[in-house]
Amino acid sequence: MAVRKHLCALCASVAKIKMNFSVLQFPASNCDQDAVHAVRHFGHSARLVWHKDASLGDADCVIVPGGFSYGDYLRCGAIARFSPVMQAVKQFADNGGLVIGICNGFQVLTESHLLPGALIRNRDLQFHCENIFLKTATNDSPFTSQIPAGKILRVPIAHGEGCYFADEETLAKLKANNQILWQYCDATGNLTDTANPNGALLNIAGICNEKRNVAGLMPHPERACEPLLGSDDGKWIFESIFAALKNKTVAAA
Amino acid sequence: MKAKIIITPKKAVVDPQGITVKKALEHMGYSGVTGVHIGKYIEIDLAPGTDKAAASKALNDAAHKLLSNPVIEDYKLEISE
Repeated sequence: MAVRKHLCALCASVAKIKMNFSVLQFPASNCDQDAVHAVRHFGHSARLVWHKDASLGDADCVIVPGGFSYGDYLRCGAIARFSPVMQAVKQFADNGGLVIGICNGFQVLTESHLLPGALIRNRDLQFHCENIFLKTATNDSPFTSQIPAGKILRVPIAHGEGCYFADEETLAKLKANNQILWQYCDATGNLTDTANPNGALLNIAGICNEKRNVAGLMPHPERACEPLLGSDDGKWIFESIFAALKNKTVAAA
Repeated sequence: MKAKIIITPKKAVVDPQGITVKKALEHMGYSGVTGVHIGKYIEIDLAPGTDKAAASKALNDAAHKLLSNPVIEDYKLEISE
């Protein structure tokens, strides 16, 4: 009996490979704990990494969380970019590690040139705190692979500067390389102007880099991982990351 | 010695603050306003006797890396005694 119990535990651990997430913490990050909670909720490990740390530790994936790093002084994400930890993130990304920036994290990644474009003031100058709908533009990324075809995600946004901007050349490149991952849409998946909460070009809510290992999005999937929170659609983005990391681990084994 | 840096949104970037202020000016009866662009002004104090050419080079570098975001903003740098 004891042996069988042991074997079952072994099977379970093989089926569920625990992934390590490093969640960055800048002064005035405020979604860091939400990100840690979401990762742990799905049975994986998450630890906070202080912005002064030059090492990410043993990380399979890095989350740059939402908030108002450095009080949003100068420009959102502009000062966080020069934190010691961001050097480690850049190296991690250059080596192919998965990095996802959520809200302020997205702003930090664009300021760091890990993602193209910039996020500017919402066109109506209002801070938007509401649930929006997201259409997944491609399943071809480690951040979207598990999102069911045609599934419209209902997730919250909370930002004042989430209007995605890039020059025409950059936009053309994003389109040509399939780097647009999520776009704001209405409940039935139409990319309308009224469904666009901030005026983002092409209704862009999230993109990835050319290598497809770094992504950023303004909406908060980590705040929508449990039905109790009103929606658990955010789980699909996390499940995609888990699947990508699992494939990587299996491939490396 | 002082450096003055004026940062403005690039023409291709929508400037909702500028648009809103322009509308307000029109509403108040100020006519002939064809555009408002809102940016930032940064003043940097430099040690007396700083070499102007070296300071200009360093500040242009800083303006490019940190003080402005070249994706969305332009800047003008002036150094005065």
